Amino acid sequence: MNADIRAIKTAAEQGLATSFAGARGALPGKGAVASLRDDAFKRFETQGLPNRRVEQWKYTDLRALMREAKPLAGLADVRKPADIAAILSGVDASLVTIVNGRYAPEWSDKNAADPGIVLAELFAWLAENLDYKLGEMPGSDDQASLLNTAFMSGGVGLRVMRGATVAKPIHIAHVFSGDAAAAMYPRSVVVVEPGAHVTLVESFSGPDGIDYQVNSALELSIGEGARVDHIKIGYDGNAALRISTLGVTVGAKATYKDFAYTTGGAVVRNQTFARFAGERIDAFIGGASLLKNKQHVDNTLVIAHAAANCDSRELFKTVLDNQSHGVFQGKIIVEPHAQKTNAKMMTRSLLLSDEAEASQKPELEIFADDVVCGHGATAGALDPGLKFYLMSRGIHEKEAETLLIQAFIGEAIEEVAHEGIRDDLNLAALRWLGARA
Amino acid sequence: MPAVQETVDRVRQIDVDQYKYGFVTDIESEKAPIGLSEDTVRYISAKKNEPAWMLEWRLEAFRRWLTMREPTWARVDYPKIDYQNAYYYSAPKKKPQLSSLDEVDPQILETYKKLGIPLREQEMLAGVVRPEGERRVAVDAVFDSVSVATTFKEELKRAGVIFMPMSEAIQEHPDLVKKYLCSVVPVNDNYFATLNSAVFSDGSFVYIPPGVRCPMELSTYFRINEANTGQFERTLIIADKGAYVSYLEGCTAPMRDENQLHAAVVELVTHDDAEIKYSTVQNWYPGDADGKGGIFNFVTKRGDCRGKNSKISWTQVETGSAITWKYPSCILRGDNSRGEFYSIAISNGRQQVDSGTKMIHLGKNTTSRIISKGISAGKSNNTYRGLVTAHRKATNARNFTNCDSLLIGDQCGAHTVPYIEAKNSSAVFEHEASTSKISEDMLFYCRQRGMSAEEATALVVNGFVKDVLQQLPMEFAVEAQKLISISLEGSVG
Repeated sequence: MNADIRAIKTAAEQGLATSFAGARGALPGKGAVASLRDDAFKRFETQGLPNRRVEQWKYTDLRALMREAKPLAGLADVRKPADIAAILSGVDASLVTIVNGRYAPEWSDKNAADPGIVLAELFAWLAENLDYKLGEMPGSDDQASLLNTAFMSGGVGLRVMRGATVAKPIHIAHVFSGDAAAAMYPRSVVVVEPGAHVTLVESFSGPDGIDYQVNSALELSIGEGARVDHIKIGYDGNAALRISTLGVTVGAKATYKDFAYTTGGAVVRNQTFARFAGERIDAFIGGASLLKNKQHVDNTLVIAHAAANCDSRELFKTVLDNQSHGVFQGKIIVEPHAQKTNAKMMTRSLLLSDEAEASQKPELEIFADDVVCGHGATAGALDPGLKFYLMSRGIHEKEAETLLIQAFIGEAIEEVAHEGIRDDLNLAALRWLGARA
Repeated sequence: MPAVQETVDRVRQIDVDQYKYGFVTDIESEKAPIGLSEDTVRYISAKKNEPAWMLEWRLEAFRRWLTMREPTWARVDYPKIDYQNAYYYSAPKKKPQLSSLDEVDPQILETYKKLGIPLREQEMLAGVVRPEGERRVAVDAVFDSVSVATTFKEELKRAGVIFMPMSEAIQEHPDLVKKYLCSVVPVNDNYFATLNSAVFSDGSFVYIPPGVRCPMELSTYFRINEANTGQFERTLIIADKGAYVSYLEGCTAPMRDENQLHAAVVELVTHDDAEIKYSTVQNWYPGDADGKGGIFNFVTKRGDCRGKNSKISWTQVETGSAITWKYPSCILRGDNSRGEFYSIAISNGRQQVDSGTKMIHLGKNTTSRIISKGISAGKSNNTYRGLVTAHRKATNARNFTNCDSLLIGDQCGAHTVPYIEAKNSSAVFEHEASTSKISEDMLFYCRQRGMSAEEATALVVNGFVKDVLQQLPMEFAVEAQKLISISLEGSVG
């Protein structure tokens, strides 16, 4: 608070600057996109990597956690990712593969199967959708988000047509492929037109033991009366650093459900910036994280209620084993005139080890009087009474713990609307618990 | 509900009319030259006739302060403070040799009488038969930069309790002062605390020896009178092993157009099995309806539960000040120690409140409880900002937090910013917060029973803050309850 903010750049910041200077000419998109990149990087440079003195990054000090900037991931040694199918094994989904930050149509399902969607490589899509303004999503001025804008290498653009109901979930799989650590910056845009229904899954995976870096961003715009289920699955390699930004604008009468499931990665931050622009929105944002070893996972939300009569619920559950650190920051802003807002936020952390750490910061910022807003936060260990009860019924201690943790995390996973995905996540949680026991 | 003309008028006048402590005492005073420099620090130290170590300590704080920057993280917005355009020391001109209360300037006595603070012991004792069990209160009255009177000194002395102005304590008990001053709030803790360390003038010093239960409530009454003057009081309370004390603090200031700075530091220390109960009714001048004038209240309050089984309890009723920036905290260092924070913060007009607490669990089996009630009306902003943290070794730490906000009117804001950090699995933290407006049903029910809208609001609000009011000592609870109804007068319509 009192010391002057330094002017010295860290190795990672210098690396990013060198990297940007070198790659600037070769990055896709000319004209407006190029100046968007330049502007974003210039703005990033004035502040540098977010650190603990930046309130929104208080618990995830990137300057300390990101020691160096990895070279940009190339396409030279890309192999067909083998295990994407395993991510959503029990679900029939349309697969969209993004390898090392670029759309790989040859490994994706042909989207033409569903007449309700138009999907293309991001920059090709932008060329077709000139009315779409890239980089104006909520949260676009966040430091990590600016970095993505500067380096974005591609991804997909997707439009769900008015009134269409997309039968199969669309699974955008972000994969890192390579033998040496590198950085990738995928960016995708999804526009859901009024009245459309779609389930969208984003997954992140990569090999263990390689400290690759991912900085992804998704711009999601939901039209009036549409229904969107967005599920983010984090199965990154155990040394990976990933930051995923989601900027979402929700229109009137829309139903929006968002869920983040995280078990992978060394340092992960899921940040969601939502703006409820129309009335009578029904929204749920939730997450479940199961962490062990030295994992650091941060779920950060900023929800702006800009219109009246909206409902939002948030539920985040975190299980922390070993020396892991779980962070939750949730901010609900009720703007003036957003009367009759109903917002409830809950965050719960379960600490399984004495060395684990939970940091939670649920926040309310309210400028309208006729609202009902509340939040709750708890942190604690497994209830010994409950454990004793189960053990007195002849259940082995480890098994009793597993049952209780399963119940704890299950309450959050239950919120996933798509049955197949929900079952899949429940099974994944069971596998995680199995590995623990 | 449509506003009746009467209410509209009252709202218009509210911030000026309601503040009944806004008078000025016309009294000759002696001031340090305007501005802040090493010379000002030397001047204050010389005025207090302080030993060399104290001056050195102040100068060091001042030099440190020059390198610091004003914090900006709180949700308060105020014009930049010109530290060079204020007086840092102001004292009523004294008659030589002030030996008894009779020699205190009658005008000052009159002032305190007007404020309802009795300074004459005989007056308090004479005449009326006191009801059985009624407690007496010893008062230290601080007027601008100096303490003008301290009552019941003799009686307290018999009990072994030291209760005197800080400046006297530095002379008479330098060892205690040296040992404890800045042991809870370090000199360079924050911008305003460091400023206070450099220029603090008076405040109370309390030491309760081992095993003593202080025979009466102690209290300090702070009054800013002089224009353009800041008040920088410093309070230090030590409860030695097994001791108990209940301390009350009250504050008011005249209505002035300019903003005045109040930057206080309060340090509490409890040893084994000791308990301190600290209550505040803060009623500085809040400024007028347009936000003109008012006190900038930047206060650092911290208690250190140093011994095992010790307890510190903060209770505050915040109704005044244009800006409130205040976070009474507890460091729960001793095993089984307990911290409590009960707060009612009411903002009206254009007041801005950013207040809360920190509960830092370091010892084993420590518990803390936070009950915070924020009420915002008019165009005010009211923020609760709190931290609860359990250290890795603080096994079985337990916290319960409840912060509720009530909004009256659609132009005010209520915000909640809690930080909850658990670093070991046996810590159990629970936090809940809610924000709402007064339920129409409740108001309807009351009005149906013949109450006016304002009476109904006052009733509901009193119910809302009841949990905290119950924690206040009797004398204060009545006063606080009145204050709350005045603060909200005219806010319904």
